[in-house]
Amino acid sequence: MANPHIAKHPEYDYDTVRLFCIATIIWGVVGMAVGVWIAAQMVWPVLNTPWEWFHFGRLRPLHTNAVIFAFGGSALMATSYYVVQRTCQVPLYSKFLSRFTFWGWQTVIVLAAITLPLGLTTTHEYAELEWPIDILIALVWVAYAANYIGTIAKRKPNHIYVANWFFLAFILAVAILHIFNSIQFPVHLWKSYYVPSGAIDAMIQWWYGHNAVGFYLTAGFLGMMYYFVPKQADRPIYSYRLSIVHFWALIAIYMWAGAHHLHFSALPDWAQNLSMVFSLILLFPSWGGMINGIMTLSGAWDKLRTDPILKFLIVSLSFYGLATFEGPMLSIKTVNAMSHATDWTVGHVHSGALGWVAMITFGAMYHLIPIMYGRKQGQMYSIALINLHFWLATIGTVLYIASMWVNGLMQGLMWRAVNEDGTLTYTFIESLEASMPGYIVRTIGGALFLAGMLVMAWNVWCTTRGRWREEENPTTLDPVLDSGVVAPARG
Amino acid sequence: MDINDLRALSVVLMFITFLGIIAWTVMGRRDRFNDAANLPFADDDTDQTREKEKSS
Repeated sequence: MANPHIAKHPEYDYDTVRLFCIATIIWGVVGMAVGVWIAAQMVWPVLNTPWEWFHFGRLRPLHTNAVIFAFGGSALMATSYYVVQRTCQVPLYSKFLSRFTFWGWQTVIVLAAITLPLGLTTTHEYAELEWPIDILIALVWVAYAANYIGTIAKRKPNHIYVANWFFLAFILAVAILHIFNSIQFPVHLWKSYYVPSGAIDAMIQWWYGHNAVGFYLTAGFLGMMYYFVPKQADRPIYSYRLSIVHFWALIAIYMWAGAHHLHFSALPDWAQNLSMVFSLILLFPSWGGMINGIMTLSGAWDKLRTDPILKFLIVSLSFYGLATFEGPMLSIKTVNAMSHATDWTVGHVHSGALGWVAMITFGAMYHLIPIMYGRKQGQMYSIALINLHFWLATIGTVLYIASMWVNGLMQGLMWRAVNEDGTLTYTFIESLEASMPGYIVRTIGGALFLAGMLVMAWNVWCTTRGRWREEENPTTLDPVLDSGVVAPARG
Repeated sequence: MDINDLRALSVVLMFITFLGIIAWTVMGRRDRFNDAANLPFADDDTDQTREKEKSS
């Protein structure tokens, strides 16, 4: 069925971007729903049904893969393919490669959704998928890189805009990380063993794992930030010089920090200490980038009052600043001695994942999706529903991370408490019982966040159908379509 | 000189490169960076002008 509201751009390839936008929304709902489900399993263990496919251990990697690679990946591909065309002023290099990256990536996601509940896993965190899927990922990624670099190569402006530098770093680094962390020896179709073993395997795994955070969840989404914040605020980035220093400092330092996941392990002490020092230095480029994004609004702070899309973008930067302050602190060995393996880590991840990654994605999608359907930027079906989504997401995130802070500190203190005779004061089960209130609050926070995602899905659905919601206090943006036609139904 | 000297040297070279990038950034011409910062807005009118061309 042809949708009459779809915007055919005369020059740019919007079709691939639109597909990735829709995939972002669908996988966002799925991934976050699985997250809420496994959070509920922590509260009500009975939810671990008799079928092993739906046990916590099987669904947890499904949740992380769905939100990081399906939701986040689709969002990154949508925005990078859009931004590279707009800032290079040329269409994507190859229509075939664009479509291949879309359908190839969706195939990877579906295969993950089938194999992980079946228990087919390499057991490497964030790299659980077995070797045949790893090969497909590598193929898709090479196609993605070729398409992206090809587009930049034929750009019209002389300069490559900073957002593309971040996207490019993300694409190249993930290719390297994925290939080196997938050196496996297959024994049959769904089972393989890693070639490196022991501490070396652990070192490679967390070099991969932390740079997945650094390049996938940070550099990629910073690329999004450097385009959509200026665009939505209608002012250029605060300091272009700072953005260049931010870029090179960030990519030079992140690569060294991964070993902080292995404090007090069999890894050599010097490697642990080095990773801690680099993690601390990382605070500077991270905050440089945050300040650069937020200060873009300098002189136009009033826009935050009226534009909920801008609220998403700016609050995401605040959470980015929070998470990148917390991260270096957690990497300090004495702090890590208490926080490691507690819920504090889970809270830290989610202050980055919900607060930064998801919120900047929501802002970018609310800006982008109307353009894909022939409207002006940000002209969604309902602006009030964006505002509702913003508050559901913010309150959900705060409940989530606050409950995990409380749980993490409590667990760390209970586990290390000793009696005068040197025996442990608490059993593990006592710390688990004490964590229950936190798990309940976390589930509520996650459910609020998911509710916001569902509100967004409804808003997007109505936008794709070409509808406008009559609202008393509509946006300050004028209701004019890209084609110059005044929209009929908007207040 | 063994392999570890080369490894140490690579860190020093990386750091000098980084300082070079900072120097280049600080000393670069302001208008060039302003032009670069405005790239997201450079193709703003493409959509509208094309629509007009089509309808006329």
